[in-house]
Amino acid sequence: MLADAFVEAFSLIASFNPDLFEILLLSVRVSLTALGVSVLIALPLGAMLAISNFPGKRIVITCLNALMAMPPVVVGLLVYLMLSRSGPLGALGLLYTPTAMVIAQICLITPIIASLAHQTMEDLHQEYAELFSSLRVTKRRAVPIYLWDARYSLITSVLAGFGRAVSEVGAVMIVGGNIDHLTRVMTTAIALETARGELALALALGIILVVLALIVNAAVMYTRTYAQRRAYG
Amino acid sequence: MVDTQPLQIPRPPSVLAVQGLSLKLTDRTLLKGIELRSFEPGITLVMGANGAGKSLFLRSLHGLLPIEGQVSFAGRPLSETLAEQAMVFQKPTLLRRTVWQNMTFAAPSGSTDAEIENLLRQVHLAEKALEPARLLSGGEQQRLALARALLTRPRILLLDEPTASLDPGSVSIIEKLIRAASDAGVKVIFVSHDIGQARRLASEVLFMHEGRVVEHTPADRFFSAPDSIEARAYLSGELLIKPQTTGSPEQ
Repeated sequence: MLADAFVEAFSLIASFNPDLFEILLLSVRVSLTALGVSVLIALPLGAMLAISNFPGKRIVITCLNALMAMPPVVVGLLVYLMLSRSGPLGALGLLYTPTAMVIAQICLITPIIASLAHQTMEDLHQEYAELFSSLRVTKRRAVPIYLWDARYSLITSVLAGFGRAVSEVGAVMIVGGNIDHLTRVMTTAIALETARGELALALALGIILVVLALIVNAAVMYTRTYAQRRAYG
Repeated sequence: MVDTQPLQIPRPPSVLAVQGLSLKLTDRTLLKGIELRSFEPGITLVMGANGAGKSLFLRSLHGLLPIEGQVSFAGRPLSETLAEQAMVFQKPTLLRRTVWQNMTFAAPSGSTDAEIENLLRQVHLAEKALEPARLLSGGEQQRLALARALLTRPRILLLDEPTASLDPGSVSIIEKLIRAASDAGVKVIFVSHDIGQARRLASEVLFMHEGRVVEHTPADRFFSAPDSIEARAYLSGELLIKPQTTGSPEQ
């Protein structure tokens, strides 16, 4: 039975099954959109935290680190409460839409990327601070320099964020509702199809998810190796 | 009536004047009320044993440390001269970029590619312009750091042991550039332990001991007949050991 399910799963992939690829494309679209927005927030936030001193900075960093470990279902619940009809953003009618899933994923991965980016750029700041003081480099000018010089480590952080987003199930299930042809993504589809005993589709999606994870990890490894070879890491 | 007042010849402002410079970090006084007036426009060598406070003194002159007291260059307060200063550190900090990009990052407005290329040629790095800067050897990295500092067209150049543990070839290139900068009117303040180098370069010597300037004399006099016990001991290779109650200034 398991062997049959595997054969069927591979045939679904090989035949470019429309349902399978619809789910795959939605997953990638939602996760990449969330990643794009998160990067725009998290990288400058990480850089500013690394080079600025202000009262309460340690508290902000502690909160950011704590948010990294936030259970996805709790994030999903909070976003649900915000977007539900009686919530503060209920009027926007975003619940059970891909946008709601994007918002949930942004909430999940922004702290991860910001925290990793902060650590990377704090190390770089230790190294560059005296030179920048000597050359009177302003903070405004320093931020893009840090972002560029830490680019390879930051790419790793961003890829870690993508991996987290694309493999997340709890939050997107709550705010997306796993609606067929609308908000069904790979992880929620796997959960549903497994519960229904439809192992072929679940396995096919699982295989694609594993391949995606492998590609992301290979990209991380390649980035690290390249950066080390050029002494840019 | 005959005026008996002596004729007052106006003296030009000192190149470097330091009044009551003290530095206190974590409850320890590391530089102790340094008083100094230097009229020497050439190369001032700062010497002294490890822990004498030389690097801290140099960083203080560059505005990197929260000092007490006053520092002025050519009669202008420190804050007004910072933009005209450049400093080369003992361990060069290079951006994670190419040699060329490390230069362009520090280039003031109006700098040209030809100027950068010329400086890179002077430090024998023109051929390596497109290589990652952090893959250069130690000597090459320090030469790049000096070229980058000179690119900012400083009027005051502060050098913190830039040739420590470099090969003779790199030392020679760096010394040549420093001498050329000094000849062009740049005030050079140079920390070094190398007595041979000090003899080659110095116009005057500041000798520091335990956070104080204990001797400030023209170089030839310093090497032939140093005034202080500490400088005599240093030049003869002896270590002055005193019971200490406070930490070392360079810790």
